[in-house]
Parts: sequence; structure tokens; C-alpha cells
Amino acid sequence: MSDVTNLTVAEIRDGFRAGEFTAREVAEGFNANVAAAKALNAFIVETPEKALAAADAADAARAAGDLKPLSGVPIGMKDLFCTAGVQTTAASHMLEGFVPTYESTVSQKLWDAGAGMLGKLNLDQFAMGSSNETSFFGNVISPWKRGSGDNATLAPGGSSGGSSSAISARLCPAATGTDTGGSIRQPAAFTGIAGIKPTYGRCSRWGVVAFASSLDQAGPMARTVRDNAILLEAMSGFDVKDSTSLDLPVPQWEAGLSGNLKGKKIGIPKEYRVDGMPQEIDALWEQGIAWLKDAGAEIVNVSLPHTEYALPAYYIIAPAEASSNLARYDGVRYGLRDLPDGAGLQDMYAATRAAGFGPEVKRRIMIGTYVLSAGFYDAYYTQAQKVRALIARDFDRAFAECDILLTPTAPSAAFALGEKQADPLAMYLNDVFTVPASLAGLPAMSVPAGLDSQGLPLGLQLIGRALDEQGVLNAALAIEERAAFSARPERWW
Amino acid sequence: MQSPADASALGMSVDLATVKKIASLARLAVTDGEAEALVPELNNILGFVEQLGNVDVSGVEPMTAVIPNHLRLRQDAVTDGNVREKVLANAPQAEHGFFAVPKVIE
Repeated sequence: MSDVTNLTVAEIRDGFRAGEFTAREVAEGFNANVAAAKALNAFIVETPEKALAAADAADAARAAGDLKPLSGVPIGMKDLFCTAGVQTTAASHMLEGFVPTYESTVSQKLWDAGAGMLGKLNLDQFAMGSSNETSFFGNVISPWKRGSGDNATLAPGGSSGGSSSAISARLCPAATGTDTGGSIRQPAAFTGIAGIKPTYGRCSRWGVVAFASSLDQAGPMARTVRDNAILLEAMSGFDVKDSTSLDLPVPQWEAGLSGNLKGKKIGIPKEYRVDGMPQEIDALWEQGIAWLKDAGAEIVNVSLPHTEYALPAYYIIAPAEASSNLARYDGVRYGLRDLPDGAGLQDMYAATRAAGFGPEVKRRIMIGTYVLSAGFYDAYYTQAQKVRALIARDFDRAFAECDILLTPTAPSAAFALGEKQADPLAMYLNDVFTVPASLAGLPAMSVPAGLDSQGLPLGLQLIGRALDEQGVLNAALAIEERAAFSARPERWW
Repeated sequence: MQSPADASALGMSVDLATVKKIASLARLAVTDGEAEALVPELNNILGFVEQLGNVDVSGVEPMTAVIPNHLRLRQDAVTDGNVREKVLANAPQAEHGFFAVPKVIE
């Protein structure tokens, strides 16, 4: 038998059904890869026993003729999803040792669909970061290396960096991610995998540690477009426990996959040609246009005039919501408590929060508190929400002329750890292409499209109308079929 | 309160006293050194977001919901409860079925 850990989710599912291997063999294969990859620091908690238990259940289900959609498929769970009985930390000291007594809706749906859990994946602390350098449990390392022989340790992207690193290193065939301003798409692009952020409201936020509630969306990450469709179907659906959950049926995205784009119009937003973008990224974008033409689509130029204001609006809105959401960490009900000798309640709050949050989280809480404070609320927060409305209107107008937008996912390939850490703003600029779709709540996906001159993966982004995940997946599939991306990191860990 | 069109709040920069006040509002204990380091960091970020003041937003309503959706109402019925042990399971200090905190009244 060939190595099952090279298989995609669809191949595992179908091969398992066809009796080519047992679910236990699959789980054992991935458990072994996880155990041998400590150098990547992709997992905060490993749960091989959970993967094996789900596999044994899948093998029994197959014998009984009672298979579920994801029977036999083990996955990684970003450590932002609460998992009953398994430590959930959001990569923070604040929640170190927190063991939820309940399960997030999205993870429960995946287990109900037959999936097994390989472990809890590392991330940027409270999902705040673009390089996975803000985790309390240490940096996640990308399995990729530059081809030039330079041995720099590269960022797997963030915040879903444990997910992206683990999938590209074949530690799991798929994983969950969450995306607030690009946290699924940018790490996917950096590691040569695919990931989709669905329309806001498709996946329940219940049981997901909150960062910025009007932006946070869960979504899948995996190596292929088909695998993303399979996972997204299992993760989506109405949930009474999330007031912003969309009460709509879940489409059959996998069955609807088609790379034939005849009759579709693809919009190219000129504002995404930013100054200083590497020529290689521009060339890849042109290549993507040619591929979509080849798939039968018509290309149209569109304008999203408020694009340049998306990042500044995001860095008001997201910290504002974060400062409000993270007020819950007070050392009283769960998580860390730091009680200095003789301290009163207020001192305990302040000491607990000083000890429990990392520097980037504190920075964002400070910014958020400032922009929401009396006298500044309208000038910052209200203004940002108005600009956000204009950004959403830009997309509405563009989608009157086209069906899907094509852009690069990130303005560069993966950078080295430490390279951007000194300057928070330089780090924020990484999200320049992913933040606008987040502000408008639109479905958007990154698909691997090529390598740069250093041999590092580059991704292209597809953005669709609200609820048109199918259009996004299909355009991504058309690119995937033509890019034939097969590069993988050479094993050094 | 600043009026929405009044960009005069934008362009203001924070000083050490403001940083300490914000930290206190956010219930974050900061040392003098940390507060001093935060002054340029926050001003950098505030300087960056300041460009929003250049956008003409006249007649634009602030966005309140990304996807048009109405807030649902449900039956006023008990759907949960009797989970005290679960609620207290992760408390740093729980006593007699309650969360325990330091004395707040002398």
C-alpha cells in the first residue's frame, strides 16, 4: 500500500469506502507523521487516541454499512474551536489549561460527519497575527524552505498557521481554520494549499473563541478545491445558538463542482495592483487571467475604489470588537487568575490581563479601547463603519458587471520569521488583499497557483457574491486544473 | 462627542498619560516602561488609520450587518440549565457553588 498520508480527503474517503485500506491504517499513518514533526510546532495538543477511536468507529460503520460523509477521514482542529474535554487555548497563556465542557458547533458537525481529531492546531494568539509568531506556545514553522540554499525559517502565515503548516507537511489531510481578515487565505497561499472563507454566517461561531464577531468566519483548509467543498459542506449550516447564523440550506458544493466557466464573467479589480508588489505576483495574476479565459470565462476590468481604505478601517473595527470580546477574560469565571498579595478585585483584573495576554493582543485591546472611548467613537469607529459600507457597495457595483473577482491572495510569498515582527504595520499590510472581502462578509478562497523564483508557493484569490461559494469553488477549480500545482516541501523535520 | 464629519479627533496623537488612562480603562496593568513603549506603537497605528478621515462619507449609513439578516426571536422558554458544575468547572476559584473573588467591601 502506498503512503495514505499523501492522499487527499476525497481519496481517503473513497479509498476507505472501496476497501483499499482501513480507517485505522489512515489514522495510524497521520498519527505517526504528527508525532515525527515536533520541529514544526504545528500542534498544541495531540490527540492520537481520538483519531484512532474515530477510525475504529468508521471501520465498524463500514462493516455495518452505515458510512457517514467523512468516515475514515482524520483532521486537525484549530485551537480556537472549543472541544469538550480537550484543552482549548486560543494559543494564549490566558486560556492555558482551559478544558471546555462543551463542543463548538462546527467541530461537533465534523465529528457527527464521521471525522476524527488528530489534535489541536497552533495559531496566532487569539487569532491575531499574520505569521504565527504571537502564539504563547511558540512559533509555528513552515515546512517550506527557500530554494536558494538559504536556511531561513519561514512563516506558515497566520493566524491559521498550525493548520497550513500541518496540511502542507502531510500531518493531516485537512483542518479547520478561521478567517477574520485573511487568516485562512494568507496561510493557505504561503504553504501551497487551498482554503475558503465562506459567506459570513454560513458556519456557526458558537464555541469559537471570539476575536472580532462581525468578521470571524470558520472555514476549511486542505490541499484541493474538492476537499474544501467536502469539508465546507460538513461545517456549514444554521445554528440557533449563533444569532448571526444564516438560516439557509447547505448547498451540495462538491456535487456542483465544475471547472467549465463558460458564460461567467471574471472581474479584475485594478486597485489591487499595489505599488511595490513583486513582479512575480503580477505575472502570476496575468497567468490566472489566462487560465480563466481558457476555462471559458470572459474577463472584465472592474473598479473597487475604496480598496485602499479597507486596511485602516479593518484596524479600527477588528481591535474595537476585540477589546469588547476580550473583556470576558477577567480571572473570575475561567482561564488565568493573577492575584497579587493583598490585591482587590480591580487589581486582580488588571494583573490577570497583563499576565495572560501577549504583546500583540494587548496592542489591539489598547487600540480598540481608545477608538471606542468617549469623544473618539464617532471619529474612529463610526467613520470606519461608514467606510466599510462603502467598501461593501464597491463590491455590489463590481458584481453588477462580473460574477467572480480574481486577485492575488497576498502581496508576497512567505517571509522569514522575525522579518516583520518589529513593525506591526508592515505585518498588517500582509492582509491588504484579503481584508476587503472580510469587511463585506463575502466568500473568498485562496488556491495554489505557482512558485516564485525561490521555489515558494504563491496563491490566487477568488472572491464571490454573498452565498456564491459554488462560483468561488468552481473558478478556483478551473485554476487548480490548469496550474497543476504539485510542489511539496522537502522533508527536513 | 465629535460629530462624524469632524475629523479633528483624527490626527490627535496619544501621550504617556493617555496610554496609561487607556490601559486602566482596558484593565491592563502596565509598567512605566511598557506604557512608554506603547506610545510610539499606538501613534504609528493611529497615524495609519487616520487616512480614513479623507473619505467622503456624506449620506452613508454606518454598516451594522455584513449580510442582510434579521435578528430572530425565540419562544421565552427554558432551554438550558442545571449545569452548575459545568459552569464552574474552569473557575480559578469556586466555592459553595459560586465564583469566588477577592473581598470587594471592607
